[in-house]
Amino acid sequence: MTTKPRALTISREKGVEDKSYKWGFVTDVDTDLAPKGLNEGTVRLISRLKNEPEWMLEWRLKAFRHWVKMEKEDGEPGWAKIEHPPVDFQDIYYYAAPKTKDDRPKTLEEVDPELLKTFAKLGIPLQEREKLAGVAVDAVFDSVSIATSYKKKLEEVGVIFCSFSEAVLKHPELVQKYMGSVVPATDNFYAALNSAVFSDGSFAYVPPGVRCPMELMTYFRINTEGSGQFERTLIIADKGAYVSYLEGCTAPSRKTTQLHAAVVELVALDDAEVKYSTIQNWFPGTKDGQGGVYNFVTKRGKAIGRNSKISWTQVETGSAITWKYPSVILQGDNSTGEFYSVALTNNYQQADTGTKMIHIGKNTKSTIVAKGISAGHGRNTYRGQVKIMPGAENATNHTQCDSLLIGPESVANTVPYIEVRNPTARLEHEASTSKVSDDQMFYLQSRGISFEDAHHMIITGWSRDVIKELPFEFAIEANQLLKVSLEGAVG
Amino acid sequence: MTLANPKGTLPGLGYAADFKDLQSLSNGADASWIAQIRERAWTKFAELGFPTARRGNERWKYTNLAPLAKVDFRLARPDVSHAPDLLKIKALAPWDDAWTTLVFLDGRFVKRLSRPSGADCVALDLAAGLRARRDIAEQHLTRVQAVDEDHFTLLNTAFAEDGALIHIPDGASPAPIHLLFLSSDSETPQTCHPRALVVAGKNSHSNIIESFVSLSDQSQNFTNIVSEYYLDEGAKVSHHRVLMENERSFHIGNTRVYQLRDSTFDSVAFATGQAIGRNDVHVKLDAEGAECNLAGLYMTNNKQHADNNISVTHEKPRGTSHQYFKGILAGQSHAVFSGIVVVKPGAAKTYADQKDLNLLLSRGAEIDTKPSLEILADDVKCFHGATAGHVDQDTIYYMRSRGLDLETAKSMLIRGFASEVAAKVKLPALSRYIEGVIDQLLPEFALEGKK
Repeated sequence: MTTKPRALTISREKGVEDKSYKWGFVTDVDTDLAPKGLNEGTVRLISRLKNEPEWMLEWRLKAFRHWVKMEKEDGEPGWAKIEHPPVDFQDIYYYAAPKTKDDRPKTLEEVDPELLKTFAKLGIPLQEREKLAGVAVDAVFDSVSIATSYKKKLEEVGVIFCSFSEAVLKHPELVQKYMGSVVPATDNFYAALNSAVFSDGSFAYVPPGVRCPMELMTYFRINTEGSGQFERTLIIADKGAYVSYLEGCTAPSRKTTQLHAAVVELVALDDAEVKYSTIQNWFPGTKDGQGGVYNFVTKRGKAIGRNSKISWTQVETGSAITWKYPSVILQGDNSTGEFYSVALTNNYQQADTGTKMIHIGKNTKSTIVAKGISAGHGRNTYRGQVKIMPGAENATNHTQCDSLLIGPESVANTVPYIEVRNPTARLEHEASTSKVSDDQMFYLQSRGISFEDAHHMIITGWSRDVIKELPFEFAIEANQLLKVSLEGAVG
Repeated sequence: MTLANPKGTLPGLGYAADFKDLQSLSNGADASWIAQIRERAWTKFAELGFPTARRGNERWKYTNLAPLAKVDFRLARPDVSHAPDLLKIKALAPWDDAWTTLVFLDGRFVKRLSRPSGADCVALDLAAGLRARRDIAEQHLTRVQAVDEDHFTLLNTAFAEDGALIHIPDGASPAPIHLLFLSSDSETPQTCHPRALVVAGKNSHSNIIESFVSLSDQSQNFTNIVSEYYLDEGAKVSHHRVLMENERSFHIGNTRVYQLRDSTFDSVAFATGQAIGRNDVHVKLDAEGAECNLAGLYMTNNKQHADNNISVTHEKPRGTSHQYFKGILAGQSHAVFSGIVVVKPGAAKTYADQKDLNLLLSRGAEIDTKPSLEILADDVKCFHGATAGHVDQDTIYYMRSRGLDLETAKSMLIRGFASEVAAKVKLPALSRYIEGVIDQLLPEFALEGKK
């Protein structure tokens, strides 16, 4: 029995005016919404709307029951250095999809032009052409994937790149094998929530020996007020494969907060490499700290195979609150994990972010470079864990985490956990916290460079170790974002 | 620092019985203010119990206190007339005839073995100190440390009977003062809760040594000491802590330091031995220009567990702090370093650094280190670093190619690694003692990994 939920009329509030956040517009499309609130019925409804097989529903329900238990016993996790009023999980739309005639448009021509315009305006053309040519994009709007470009070209080399919903239907064997293998449904509070109600996301599989011919990208857009976005991404690089994956995200400016709780799982088999880059630019809230996205995300990669490699690069400028720790489980011998991060908090933004590197295999190697910038009343916490298990012979880790403070109200915390249980391991951890050097500023200004340009130059240089890890187009955008996000913070 | 930890292990019946006895003994009118403080502390501790919860218990994340909590330690009632003779003590503990020394047996002052101070300072056992200088005691005792802050401070406050009261007058620089705590060779598990209060007057210079030594390898003791240091403007205190109890013993040491303008607190802590040895040092730089330098060396072997929990809070501008800790781990031992620098809003021009370096010599040993920064002001320079690894193989190769055997090469490297902290001890007699202990331990450490 498949019944469409009744479409609720939603208010066409245009959101708050926020000039510094140019992605803050609202798209005017008719939207199908599941009723607000969360119970077993919500989970069943989402599963039914997506025509999911029984095993998928079972998996969701198991996760949901675990989440209910966690909520009852401990509630939301409280260990991070973030402050927010408790999230009302019953006051969220768990499913919001732009109305379509059919289930899902077959070709780009069938996609609502309003949506295409939205993505074009965000700089993400879904037509296969010009700018960003050579990047295949999966566009996720609220709870559903609306289009995936360059699918044909990818299919020719055997790469599967599609929405998660499509993968559940068309590649159940891969989904069943790998979903939850890195982030179990019961992993943590938000991962359990996501596992129960996730609506869509991206799926990529790169077959053995294939170097993915183009970068894969998912662009996430939250539009509907009061909706939460719960997407799930699964990327598998089979033996000897390579894939570079990009992720971008924005949301309208609104005075109410929105919840985004995603799960990303990466799997790298023997000799495979996954490179995952994120520019996180969710609406950060207004200058006085109203609204914005609560970004509670679980990202983890498993370097299962020998000589495999997983690399995370993130530039976090958005969200009212960021809570995420892209991690790597270094299981295969000689596997490598990397984490490069710039996290910026301005105004009243809060970020508690970092990584975990769990060394299990022999000769495993990890690198962490984390840069935090706090301006205004921004609070930034680096939280990281490096764990060397007893069997991880000759494991090495190098960690560098630096914080920059701009303004007397800003806060920077560094909380690294280093746990070593093998005497052949080598670990180095270094961290510093300071403000922009007066001497450097004086030098640049005495050469005629304006205060703001000098400031930007120093920050760009300071974050270069991370930005240079990004694919070219992303690097330019990241630098721009850092500049825009800091406007008004200095001077 | 929250106490929201209801899942602790409640103290055994012995503790409750001993507390009752203790209160009934000390009901002199004079002691009533202390009795009240005690009562409050005990009620709170009896409610909280030992912080043994394994979840959400950040302060004890890497140190499982279950082995300590499950023993029903009885309050030691030592017979000081059975204290060992001076010769035996000199052989076991650091000693210098030039020092003022207060000897304690299971926390109880032993006058016969002690060497009184000169007239230039007050260094008395707690009972005499309270009689002689009640003004100081009332002004400072429990001032440095809020009574209800920490489980073991509560426990100590409930049971503290004896200890030391030291007052260095303004401008004085007396001979080094040594507080020597001996654990007796009792057959049943015993506990003591000494309390030390050190008040350093303006521009005074002093050396304080706290050392902890077991008289036997077999006894099981639990020493839970709280030491409070109050440094007035321009005061300089060199503090030393030597922790050498036996491998069956538990030690919880809480050192609280409160510093005023331009004062300096230097500290070197050396630890080896204990089944669980915890070194809590919490420093508050509460006025401009205060400085503290905390250093430590822990050498653990077999099943020993050493835990350093350090915090420095910069409350006011222009403060400086250094933390420099080193660990050498052998056997199945486990060491923990958890250090935090907090810079409060407005504490501009703060400089703080923090280092924890570790040598892991054997399979089965574990180091957990967590150097954190919490910075709430922008005009600061703060750094931290941590390393863990084995002795450098290239260096070993170089030394061996010059004809040194493996053990010699290794022990030279370990010795060098340890010396950096040991060299910070400026008192000759103490320096000789610590170097001697390191030399004694070295062969066993150098052989690690070969077994």
